[in-house]
Amino acid sequence: MVSINAAPLPTLRDESEAERPVDRLHTVQRFGGWLWLAPSLLMYTMFVLGPLALTVQYSFYSWDGIGQSTWVGLDNYGEVFKNPELFGSLVNAFVLIIFFAIFPILVGLVASALLKDVRSKAVGTFARTVLFIPQIIPLAGAAIAWTWMYSEGGVVNQVLRAIGLESLARPWLGDFDTALPAVGLIGSWVAFGLCTVLFSAGMGKIDPSLYEAVRLDGAGKVREFRTITLPGLRQEIVVVGTVLVIAALASFDIIYIATLGGPGYETMVPGLQIYRLAFTAQKVGLASALGVVLTLLILVVIVPLQRLRREA
Amino acid sequence: MVRARVQIAPTIVLALLVLLTVLPLVSLFSTALQPQGTVPSGLTLPRDPHWGNFADAWNAAEFLKLLRSTLVIVIGVVPVSVLFATMAGYALAQMRIPGGGIAFGLLIFGLTLPFEAILIPLYLQMKALGLLNTQLAIILPLIGLYMPFSVFWMRSHFVNVPKELTEAAEIDGATARHMFQYIQLPLAVPAWSSLAMLLFLWTTNQFMLAIVLISDPTKRTLAGALGAFQGERTTNVVLVCAVSLLIITPTTLAFLALQRHFVKALLQGIAK
Repeated sequence: MVSINAAPLPTLRDESEAERPVDRLHTVQRFGGWLWLAPSLLMYTMFVLGPLALTVQYSFYSWDGIGQSTWVGLDNYGEVFKNPELFGSLVNAFVLIIFFAIFPILVGLVASALLKDVRSKAVGTFARTVLFIPQIIPLAGAAIAWTWMYSEGGVVNQVLRAIGLESLARPWLGDFDTALPAVGLIGSWVAFGLCTVLFSAGMGKIDPSLYEAVRLDGAGKVREFRTITLPGLRQEIVVVGTVLVIAALASFDIIYIATLGGPGYETMVPGLQIYRLAFTAQKVGLASALGVVLTLLILVVIVPLQRLRREA
Repeated sequence: MVRARVQIAPTIVLALLVLLTVLPLVSLFSTALQPQGTVPSGLTLPRDPHWGNFADAWNAAEFLKLLRSTLVIVIGVVPVSVLFATMAGYALAQMRIPGGGIAFGLLIFGLTLPFEAILIPLYLQMKALGLLNTQLAIILPLIGLYMPFSVFWMRSHFVNVPKELTEAAEIDGATARHMFQYIQLPLAVPAWSSLAMLLFLWTTNQFMLAIVLISDPTKRTLAGALGAFQGERTTNVVLVCAVSLLIITPTTLAFLALQRHFVKALLQGIAK
């Protein structure tokens, strides 16, 4: 790296001549910081911003990825919202927010509130480690394990048969009614441990005297949770919510392994649809438009969420 | 009486959560030990465990080759990302850079960008560079894609380092590079080692880019190699389960070994 003090210092010159090198020094010093930013910005521009600009450009064309492309204006965007297979994938992505984000956050809140009373340190460490495993293994691995769980002879049906509910048993991922919730619950499984551990850590930071105060007030567990715990965890909830909402809207790995969007288009999500359109159907323009729409939708959902965080 | 009930409820909830977490993995394990070619139930006691299945899985997945490939990708992505991000984070937090805010804003935008949005241009770019089906095809984009988070992470470390430290060193005549190398980098060890751990995890678990940009599964990441097992394979469930277990083992072992650090890094990573 070029160091910012390397420019010759104007010591032995008369004042009028000294002006310019000093100016130069200042310029080097002022813009020298850019040299420190350059490597990261270069990689980011070459492999993220540049490609993103190309995606935007492709989205205005009809193109098979090889031959001639034709300008079609906003037609691809119209298609994204008119074509039920594409629009449906966006709807599914929003449904997945329930399973990937909202449900695990609720489970995490209840679980961590109950776990607050577990005093044993060894049990706490063990539980924390186990609950974190779904965060460590690849989503594709989680999806393979759950595909097996949901299969005809899998554990889910085994349990149902064992408790006399065999009428409910079915191939969960192949059934039009259950496929979407079933893949959604894989996302819940991945996230709820993280939420539980994160919220438990957050509760540890809440001033214990607050709890004593409401208890003296005669508050029960539920009111204690509502008035102290929930506001105290606001930051954690918003932050993990942000991460999980992005994971839901941009989901790919789980769906690819578990259902490939099927049966029919029941579990099709934008990420997989982009992949399919581009690499199977050779509709690069349409896939790009869906990519732009997905990017914007994520921003539209995420940016207001951050305001909640700042108010906290 | 009331006390006892309060203690029992959390224990039951905890036990249920732990059980639910391990159940799919136990099912995978019990299936992997059944005789190959059979279609066992999800949870079967392995009366006669076929440990040899794991040896077959090892060969079927060309596991050594896959491990080596994953290592190449990790070594290609992690050190470079950490170094570049540490430099940028240092500059953004400690130097006055005209227009630095714009650079930071651009990077922040990248935090929410779905990888899917740039999948097609990346594919065409790698094709043009002749890098498709090589590990570089995923190393280069991953460095770029992880940059927003990495810079953000390092910047939030350097923001909390007192500016006086930089100023004092400047008065002593230390160059920015010396300052960075001998004072800031050692002070930032906890920050960048956690970052390295997160990037290691995300790189080995990267799936989508791996399956799109590298067609040979043995040249992918560990996670990417799982792409070969799309859907319900009825042909050899037992082997699929064994291979899957084998593939998730290295990161799980790394996690168990560095458990405390991993949890801390992940919790911080979320909180940033």
